[in-house]
Amino acid sequence: MVDQPIGRRNFLKGAGAAGTAAAAAMTGGLSACAEGQTPAQQAQQNAPASEPMMTLTPTEAAFLGAAYDTFIPADQYSPSGTDCGMVVYMDRQLAGAWGTGARFYRAGPFLQGKPEQGYQLALTPREFFAAGIAAANDWSRRTYGKDFDRLDPAQREEALKTMDAGKAEFTDFNSKYFFDQLYESAMEGFFADPIYGGNRNKVSWKMVGYPGLPATYASKAAEYRGKKINLPPQSIADLS
Amino acid sequence: MAKTMKHVDAVCVGMGWAGSIMARELTKAGLTVVGLERGAMRSTRENFVMPTVRDELKYRLRLESMLDTSTETITMRHDPSETALPQRRWELFPLGDGLGGAGVHWNGITFRFSPAEFQLHSHLTQRYGKNAIPADMPIQDWGVTYDDLEPYYDKFEKLAGVSGKAGNLNGQIIPGGNPFEGRRSSEYPNKPLVMSQGGLIFNKAASGLGYHVFPTPASNSSAPYTNPEGLTIGQCQYCGHCEFFGCEANAKASPLVCVVPALLQDKKFELRTNAHVARLDYDKHAKKVKGVVYIDRLSGEEITQPADLVILTAYPFNNTLLLRLSDIGEAYDPHTGKGVVGKNYCYQTIGIAGFFVEDEINPWIGTGTSAAAIDDFQSDNFDHGGLGFFGGGYICISGSGGRPIQVRATPPGTPRWGTAWKEATAKYYNHNLSLMAHGCQYPHRTNYLDLDPTYKDSIGRPLVRMTFNFKDNDYKMSAYITNKAVEIARATGSKVVTSLPRRGNFGGINGFASHHTGGAIMGTDPKSSAVNRYLQNWQASNLFVIGGSAYPQATGHNPTCTIGALAYWSAHAITSQYLKSPGALVHA
Amino acid sequence: MGVTRLKRTDAVIIGVGWTGSILARELTKAGLKVVALERGKFRTPETDFALPHIRDELKYAVRQELILDPSLETLTLRHEINETALPFRRWGAFMPGMGLGGAGTIWNGMTWRFAPFDHEMRSHIAARYGEGAIAADQTIADWAMRYDELEPFYDRFEKLCGTSGQAGNLRGRLIEGGNIFEGPRQSDYPNPPLTPSRGGELFARAAKNLGYHPYPTPSANLSREYRNPEGAVLNPTIFCGHCDRFGCATNSKASPNSTILPVLLDEPLFELRCDSWVTQIVYDKAARKATGVRYVDTASGEEYEQPADLVLLCAYPFSNTKLLLMSGIGAAYDPATGRGAVGKNYCYQVTGQVPVFLENEEINPFMATGANAMNIDDFNGDNFDHEGLGFSGGALIFASPTHGRPIMGRMTPPGTPRWGRAWKEATAKWYGHAFTIHASGANFAHRHNYLDLDPTYRDKLGNPLVRMTYNFRDNDRKLSAFVTGKAVEIAKAMNPTILGAPMPRRGNFHIVPYQSTHNTGGTIMGADPGTSVVNRYLQHWDADNLFVIGASTFPQNPAPPPTGAVGALSYWTAEAITKRYLAAPGRLV
Repeated sequence: MVDQPIGRRNFLKGAGAAGTAAAAAMTGGLSACAEGQTPAQQAQQNAPASEPMMTLTPTEAAFLGAAYDTFIPADQYSPSGTDCGMVVYMDRQLAGAWGTGARFYRAGPFLQGKPEQGYQLALTPREFFAAGIAAANDWSRRTYGKDFDRLDPAQREEALKTMDAGKAEFTDFNSKYFFDQLYESAMEGFFADPIYGGNRNKVSWKMVGYPGLPATYASKAAEYRGKKINLPPQSIADLS
Repeated sequence: MAKTMKHVDAVCVGMGWAGSIMARELTKAGLTVVGLERGAMRSTRENFVMPTVRDELKYRLRLESMLDTSTETITMRHDPSETALPQRRWELFPLGDGLGGAGVHWNGITFRFSPAEFQLHSHLTQRYGKNAIPADMPIQDWGVTYDDLEPYYDKFEKLAGVSGKAGNLNGQIIPGGNPFEGRRSSEYPNKPLVMSQGGLIFNKAASGLGYHVFPTPASNSSAPYTNPEGLTIGQCQYCGHCEFFGCEANAKASPLVCVVPALLQDKKFELRTNAHVARLDYDKHAKKVKGVVYIDRLSGEEITQPADLVILTAYPFNNTLLLRLSDIGEAYDPHTGKGVVGKNYCYQTIGIAGFFVEDEINPWIGTGTSAAAIDDFQSDNFDHGGLGFFGGGYICISGSGGRPIQVRATPPGTPRWGTAWKEATAKYYNHNLSLMAHGCQYPHRTNYLDLDPTYKDSIGRPLVRMTFNFKDNDYKMSAYITNKAVEIARATGSKVVTSLPRRGNFGGINGFASHHTGGAIMGTDPKSSAVNRYLQNWQASNLFVIGGSAYPQATGHNPTCTIGALAYWSAHAITSQYLKSPGALVHA
Repeated sequence: MGVTRLKRTDAVIIGVGWTGSILARELTKAGLKVVALERGKFRTPETDFALPHIRDELKYAVRQELILDPSLETLTLRHEINETALPFRRWGAFMPGMGLGGAGTIWNGMTWRFAPFDHEMRSHIAARYGEGAIAADQTIADWAMRYDELEPFYDRFEKLCGTSGQAGNLRGRLIEGGNIFEGPRQSDYPNPPLTPSRGGELFARAAKNLGYHPYPTPSANLSREYRNPEGAVLNPTIFCGHCDRFGCATNSKASPNSTILPVLLDEPLFELRCDSWVTQIVYDKAARKATGVRYVDTASGEEYEQPADLVLLCAYPFSNTKLLLMSGIGAAYDPATGRGAVGKNYCYQVTGQVPVFLENEEINPFMATGANAMNIDDFNGDNFDHEGLGFSGGALIFASPTHGRPIMGRMTPPGTPRWGRAWKEATAKWYGHAFTIHASGANFAHRHNYLDLDPTYRDKLGNPLVRMTYNFRDNDRKLSAFVTGKAVEIAKAMNPTILGAPMPRRGNFHIVPYQSTHNTGGTIMGADPGTSVVNRYLQHWDADNLFVIGASTFPQNPAPPPTGAVGALSYWTAEAITKRYLAAPGRLV
């Protein structure tokens, strides 16, 4: 399917009260992808899935899809970030324990620190991404006249670089800081085990040649030292 | 690292019903207004969309739209002799959060209070004798009358597009309406909602007993409606997802639907979300508040917003907390009864009568506002002579949804799991009903709010400590009106009726409500109230404190409509009197 | 809701990692009844580290499933004493362990002995370079025992772990292929070294060509099946590439869980209580005794007091320090006067890296263990002349991927974009053809690097967090620049297709990028009660029946990872208690 962020987003946003039927109509089964297909073939089978979002709003989902598709474009190495399940991945992460602040020291007072003192905001990851996406879209509208996901690919690239450089003027928010976490989320989701939803069909593992599980190399460590080894990757789900 | 913002005319702390109405009225009068909201930005379009808005687990059980207790919570104890412990999860009641506040997740029940409630102390002493009110019940008059507020009730009902039927139109009693209500100057802006099957059953039984059944006034709109702000309210779909949920159809009146869109277009207004107000900048000597100090949760920065006028429009707990943290007014002392800040915290006393019928109820077709109610046992609408308590409440039929995790009663004696439980659940899911006896909660000397000495919130402020328990008046009142509900349930012909009046200590999940009042109460005397009849603070003439916090006691009716009316009333006093001549509007 | 006082026991142990497990085992062997209190959860390899889920990089390595939950307890950091410390809200630079087995469960398995020099650092430097070579603010000190005194105990720990390695100095005889700079060993490693990885081979070849002396990492990831003296059987490693931050699914990484706990849990004299968070050592100042400990059962919230004749503080350095401070035992260190010893000489590890990219080499980074690098000690300790260098100490330099887990173990050459098509191309191309050369350097104690209690931030139980006042100092930055330069020299000798950007430690200590979980000091050992917390037997100077064991007793942190010495000190102290203290309770020095 052609990359149609605008149409899809409008559709979701406009769903409103009539959304149930629409959403039901949109929900197709995830196509399983046979081994040995090219990424392009996989991309076709992995047409943008209309996964229901647990926590992301339509605007947030559109933003993340656009960012992930820029970080991870569809090419000979893998389908696009969205088609790899990255938005689904992040939606589940933000809706789950990590997103809502598990394993995160949240006692006050919250003071501004030096960069070396690390994260010092009161915001949970879910709140951080909500605020960051809102700030990024706000900046995008001021700069380009539209939301980030409606920019053309070259503008998205430029916008992300501006954020990365800390030069996007976000209100009350450091764009570099937001960018870093956005970027980190992409790398985590893309390369994590497929059980989390963001590395559908193990595309990233195939891309680099990571064999995944079960990682029992006792008999291979010496034999394949310095030699190429071709092991079709297996994931947690494959061995469960 | 503190930063000071450009001076503005007014700042509103908290952007729920009170804050958004106040901000709107002040900008109309030409003032520049900043609205500070602790929670996040939200809108129907972004946050309450199909299909995910129908997620019972997420919104009702996991309380998605409610305040995160790790940001802020309260501590509770039953008595001043005990150690209060924090609500680590919301078990007593949840509190709202985010733009629109509790006005987003409410059910939509929109009662005006009974006229007698505004002069409760005078009324009760007049009718039952000078010493009729027990010494430990600091019941007070409000300082305003129903007639004072009537035009502002009317304004709020028109803002919210309330659906209902007048029972007293300019003094004329109208059949089918609530004959006990105060005189109304106009009919409700929308017709009543469609009566549910449960409502019809209740109507038949209660009318048969001689009671006066009327459609519960609802902010779930019976028809599309454009309010005086030019904003459109949609038509209620009877989806059964009001309380704890946002409304995707824009059919439940909320600040997000009825006011905020107009404010966001208003150049005089600036909204700042994620702004966690830490304290007010109070000049004790000048008796003025100079501004508001808040933490920008996005940057962690401490920011001062100077303003000529500061309007506290947060929840009662936060209004009280901010007065205490800013050292404005004397803290209430339960031993001496002196002091005002934190005084007369009140809740709601709710009893339930459950029953089972053969009719097909279709509980999933419902709105947050119950279909029908009676006010025959409300307030002082009945003689309390010899009853041993004061106050009362309305009795209404349940029917705000059939969400299956929570709404599936089985008759007493049914096992709690296994095949027999499944059988009963399948059998009764569509045949169970309940009546709610929604009672008042009158103040008690040892029910109050202050600062917890131990526990702190996420920005390091003390938590509010609630010292509260139900008292003799509450138990007796609840037993009485719940019994009336049981009689009505029996009159439906139901063979199985359960009775659950309010018993035992405050706590547990039965009959809870997110209706909290008091802490910064209004009155005529600075010794016994925190704000005057215009909700102007006695200690700082440029500080107004609006909301349920101003109620001297909780009536048997739901609080929201009166919050809206008080916001309009106070806004009118500011724009028509205060701005012309800033200073105390009432001289003590 | 008062404190429930429990029945007295012979010894109570706080923290069940390597030290706690070893002490518990040795004391029960001596006939003592031991109660061990562990704050974390009970766990066993069979139930908690099972395939396939144990291979979940996002869960274990990124979200840190087995690491101390910062919402329970964390630290605060400031760089200088005039700053406000702020909490580590999430872990970064280091990650303290949590749960039964502690950090010993989730380590990489590198099992070094410290060199004789490391035990006598202050006197050695003064003797060779003069007293002036030690700056006034470098509060380094000699250990309280020499290498040769500790040697039998290093040996015992290696035999417990089944350490796989190649001796370089066997009773004074230097052996090529081993570490010729190590102190004399009385016996060889119990198991032969691991098969080196391709990355290790390439590093070793280049280092050797430059005249250095490469040798394999002493590894607690075993090269063959091994039954240790406790009777526990460990399996050969499968090179799965999931050591650090993971538990071992195959029992081939030595940990308290795989080497001692199975035996201890069958021991009638031993009682383990998990979910038990110790908040105070009850101290009788007049009697100079610890009478027991107080702890909170985190499952029920109830508070208990466990009286004991012996109290053994075996937690992580931060907790050892915190408990002494909270219990008022010993004088807190004051950086202004230099007086007091509790919290003093907190040290870390000074690291540096350089990546290499070799397009024609198949590195297979995923076939790895946490400890099968090749190393050189030529620039460690005082194995090279420091004259004119402007710093003291050195580093271990080593190379081999420890894993090829794709979220965190991916390298692209300098100048590669961070996303998009070109990034994907480079990632796909270089994933299997790159690795990093590491330098693990010593960190010298500094007057202004110390631990105390934070005045503001609190842990989940409401007790103060430990405040770390810490920064890299002049010696550290110079050391890191020098040894990273040596790593670059070796990298260049490999003729890499592309040499990555060298990363010596510059600027302030930063809590975000991971460096190492090698935190030492706070309750240091010494010969003088005025400048140390414990004596040479790790017995507290102010409480004869209180022993404080672990890396918290290191006066400063030498270059190699600390675990081997932590194990040796545990056996050393256990012997002092069982052979000497029990015979005549009282001060051993």
